[in-house]
Amino acid sequence: MMYTKTLTALSEALSKREISSVELTTMYLDRIQQFNPELNCFISVARDFALLAAKQADALRAKGETGPLTGIPIAYKDIFCSRGLKTSCGSKMLDNFIAPYDATVVEKLNAANTVLVGKTNMDEFAMGSSNEHSYYGPVKNPWDLTRVPGGSSGGSAAAVAARLIPAALGTDTGGSIRQPAALSGITGIKPTYGRVSRFGMIAFASSLDQAGVLAQTAEDCALVLKAMAGHDPKDSTSVNRVVEDYAATLKSPMQGLKIGLPKEFFESGLDSNIAKCIEEAIQVFKKMGATFKEIHLPHNPLSIPVYYVIAPAECSSNLSRFDGVRYGYRCKNPENLYDLYVRSREEGFGAEVKRRILIGTYVLSAGYFDAYYLQAQKIRRLISQDFQNAFKEVDLILGPTSPITAFKFGEKAADPVSMYLCDLYTIAVNLAGLPGISIPAGFANQLPVGLQLIGNYFEEGNLLNAAHQFQQATDWHKKLPSVGE
Amino acid sequence: MSINDKILSQISKLARLDETSTHNIQEDLNRIVKMVDQIQAVNTQGILPQSHPLDLPQPLRPDQVTEADQRDLLQTLAPVVEAGLYLVPPVIETESEASSE
Repeated sequence: MMYTKTLTALSEALSKREISSVELTTMYLDRIQQFNPELNCFISVARDFALLAAKQADALRAKGETGPLTGIPIAYKDIFCSRGLKTSCGSKMLDNFIAPYDATVVEKLNAANTVLVGKTNMDEFAMGSSNEHSYYGPVKNPWDLTRVPGGSSGGSAAAVAARLIPAALGTDTGGSIRQPAALSGITGIKPTYGRVSRFGMIAFASSLDQAGVLAQTAEDCALVLKAMAGHDPKDSTSVNRVVEDYAATLKSPMQGLKIGLPKEFFESGLDSNIAKCIEEAIQVFKKMGATFKEIHLPHNPLSIPVYYVIAPAECSSNLSRFDGVRYGYRCKNPENLYDLYVRSREEGFGAEVKRRILIGTYVLSAGYFDAYYLQAQKIRRLISQDFQNAFKEVDLILGPTSPITAFKFGEKAADPVSMYLCDLYTIAVNLAGLPGISIPAGFANQLPVGLQLIGNYFEEGNLLNAAHQFQQATDWHKKLPSVGE
Repeated sequence: MSINDKILSQISKLARLDETSTHNIQEDLNRIVKMVDQIQAVNTQGILPQSHPLDLPQPLRPDQVTEADQRDLLQTLAPVVEAGLYLVPPVIETESEASSE
């Protein structure tokens, strides 16, 4: 079926004139119309906008002006500003916000002549691991409609999993691309911090946030990442470094590749059925010529408490801009300025966002700053050093992406900390700023299992290569949920 | 180091969030604080804090105006504007408000 084709295959189909971009876009728009009411993965769909862009892509193709992404439909997590379109960040606070400009990644992918189809659902302000914290309601996992798709890029993950779009952008601050990719049975990559511009990407935690791709395969991710990565003078944290041609190195042989298995990723707390899938995946890599050794990331258990000091601290600062004055939600009939601020924020923000703002305010406040924020930033350096020590001995690090498979709605609602523990294997990667990818590696409890590969700084090419080779030797990434058929 | 009522009131004011509402989540907050308190036990003597994952400094650029005036466009998003100004309710500063800043 056309809608099950990978982005790479669709690119080929478009260039062979087997289908036009208008036909392809219409097909996805119709599928979204059919399945989105159930899955709730899109907050807004830009039908007319998309068909116009598709028509323009077809016109370019007729003139022979094409690139690998020309005419490819794409969706964006609703955290990316898209000019003239609603950009809500999953929050009531921005329910009325029409972005006046495009995020740099949107600009770049528009310049590559992709077709923006819509904005996907997400945990409010990217805070969450289940997409249950959205003002627009939860997203359902296409593999089991009673379960979460993961978060915070849950809408993007579910949309790709149900084949409502070939690729979608997401963001990853503590695992928010990799974890939903794992729980939804697709591929998701978080690049090195600074690889992709954050301009126009609504800020949650500025030293941790990174934009990335969710798609069916590493090959697809390679194509999109190449187009969206690169230095941007408008983002002072974006790194001035050449973007490699990730597609060109996908097929490099893996003979001699040294892969590290962190002892801390395989301890108690990991579902034994997930461990079995990872063990089988290790055998696949061995057959391809990779060798394995045990490594240690001794500070990994501290990554969760460290993150839940740093991320809330940064979010409390970033979200202070939402005050009802210049844009976004404003309460009715404010009595005075203080009332305007407090009631706009009280009414505009959801519970998880408020929890994190308060924790962040606490750990930055006078008398607590040294004990919490400063201490966390010091441990952060220790966590980064653990990875650098490991990369002296190995080329890549491998482990499960998530300790558990997709959980049921409401299962982790009673205690916010229980939700935080979902990110045990992903968070340290953000703290260190390293690139990481999650790829489908089987099923446990009849639910998708993700395998995570972590690389050293700016080694996205190596990650994508290893992931691609695994996907040549296995077919987990081709499995389809029954929703969307 | 748990968040007692006095601290909760103070941080609610700083965060511009409603104190009645934040009181309802005090237990949740203390669960989180209890979890993050693990970091107190770690010996970090001699370790420099890391605020940027790649330890890169802020890049500089020439001190020249490069932004265009987009006030009209950007103010189409504002709840209440007049003559290019953002309007808010009057600020009536009382002694107690001033001392809580």
